[in-house]
Amino acid sequence: MSSPFDINGGACVAMVGKDCVAIACDLRLGMQALTVSNNFPKLFNFGPSTFLGLTGLATDVSTVSDLFRYKVNMYRLREERNIAPQTLANLVSSSLYEKRFGPFFVSPVVAGVNYTTGKPFICGFDSIGCIDFAKDFIVSGTASEQLFGTCEGLWEPDMSPDDLFETISQALLSAVDRDALSGWGAQVYIIEKDKVTKRLLKGRQD
Amino acid sequence: MTGFDFSNYNRNAALHARGVPLPKATSTGTTIVGCIFDNGVVIAADTRATSGPIVADKNCEKLHYIAPKIWCAGAGTAADTEFTTALISSNVELHSLSTGRDPRVITCMTMLKQHLFRYQGHIGAYLVVAGVDPTGVGLFTVHAHGSTDKLPYVTMGSGSLAAMSVFESTWKPNMNREEAVAICAEAIKAGIFNDLGSGSNVDVCVIENDKPTQLLRNYMKPNERGQKERDYRFPKGTTAYLNQKIISKEDMRKYISVEEASGDPNLMEVDS
Repeated sequence: MSSPFDINGGACVAMVGKDCVAIACDLRLGMQALTVSNNFPKLFNFGPSTFLGLTGLATDVSTVSDLFRYKVNMYRLREERNIAPQTLANLVSSSLYEKRFGPFFVSPVVAGVNYTTGKPFICGFDSIGCIDFAKDFIVSGTASEQLFGTCEGLWEPDMSPDDLFETISQALLSAVDRDALSGWGAQVYIIEKDKVTKRLLKGRQD
Repeated sequence: MTGFDFSNYNRNAALHARGVPLPKATSTGTTIVGCIFDNGVVIAADTRATSGPIVADKNCEKLHYIAPKIWCAGAGTAADTEFTTALISSNVELHSLSTGRDPRVITCMTMLKQHLFRYQGHIGAYLVVAGVDPTGVGLFTVHAHGSTDKLPYVTMGSGSLAAMSVFESTWKPNMNREEAVAICAEAIKAGIFNDLGSGSNVDVCVIENDKPTQLLRNYMKPNERGQKERDYRFPKGTTAYLNQKIISKEDMRKYISVEEASGDPNLMEVDS
């Protein structure tokens, strides 16, 4: 039997640009080789400019996204402010490590622009909450090996929001086209300090 | 002390019994070393984090803070080293606040080994603990099962053999600070170049008696990437998109339910 991370398929990537970040995911939901849905977004919004991407076992993607919706809502009620991406990263990390000996089969990615400092922030996690802070890009999902290749080749520092959109889109589309378990359309968010642009990409449907 | 949540354990164990492999955790398949010198101790680490054969992070931090003059280098499961050192750091701080004394390296080492022994090796943290305290200089290794060692020079992780070869061939007693930093950096470099689980840069931490601790992040960068000569910048409009939605700062209010509190205290009165 295959790994729980490879049953449903899916890919997610985040990149840093100049005063902006981008996060993107594919839209496929499958059961092994059978595609069940081509409208299963893996990106979740937790504030005006804070996003969480979740790939892995779809049942855990739903459970974990609902869990963090609850936790972030509780945070907002207690603190009377929105959660910063750095704070969300620590919340995700400690919540996943709490389940050290019975983890969720997810590989989360956090991307956002800090609303007080205005600095872009991205990070990734393994399924037990080890944070990977990166200055450039974070990848996760069944196409992660392909994404490492495309991102390492295409990414460069200090990209404008428009350049970042083209780079992250091309990196994701090229990667998922070489992964049978990912693809079927894609979603991209370009996050700037006072603006978020959401785009639905035209991708192969095979 | 910690309290893990085992709510998914039975599900995952049932899955595992049906032949599902266990999830791949980020491991710091690492080289970490430590060496004492005449006035203190130095620890060093490489900066590669791996997930199976994939390099997950090219410049991660494996030198963890415990107390101002006690630091820890971690190998093994990355999440375990991160959280165990953070937990012990908290308890060491509380302990020193309650006793009114500077924390001791041996206290910290004992807390680590008792915690790890309780979990019978399931918490995969392999640590080098080092520091100076009122009793002198301390340098220990702590294994995931709870065993410890006290030595003048130590190595751990997958690159420990490569690093130990440097110590065994060039270590001498009564070194000074510069010699100790040099031998540690050389030992890490042996790991970086000869062990596949280790790579990228050298991080060093020098803890000295009567001097502030120095964390020398990326003390050496023997594997810097060359400047790209050309780039793949895509012209605007390369990627076709079916639709887009722009949420501007003004529109964001619709999505945020929290408002900035007014400075006027009278407006805060709900009853009036």
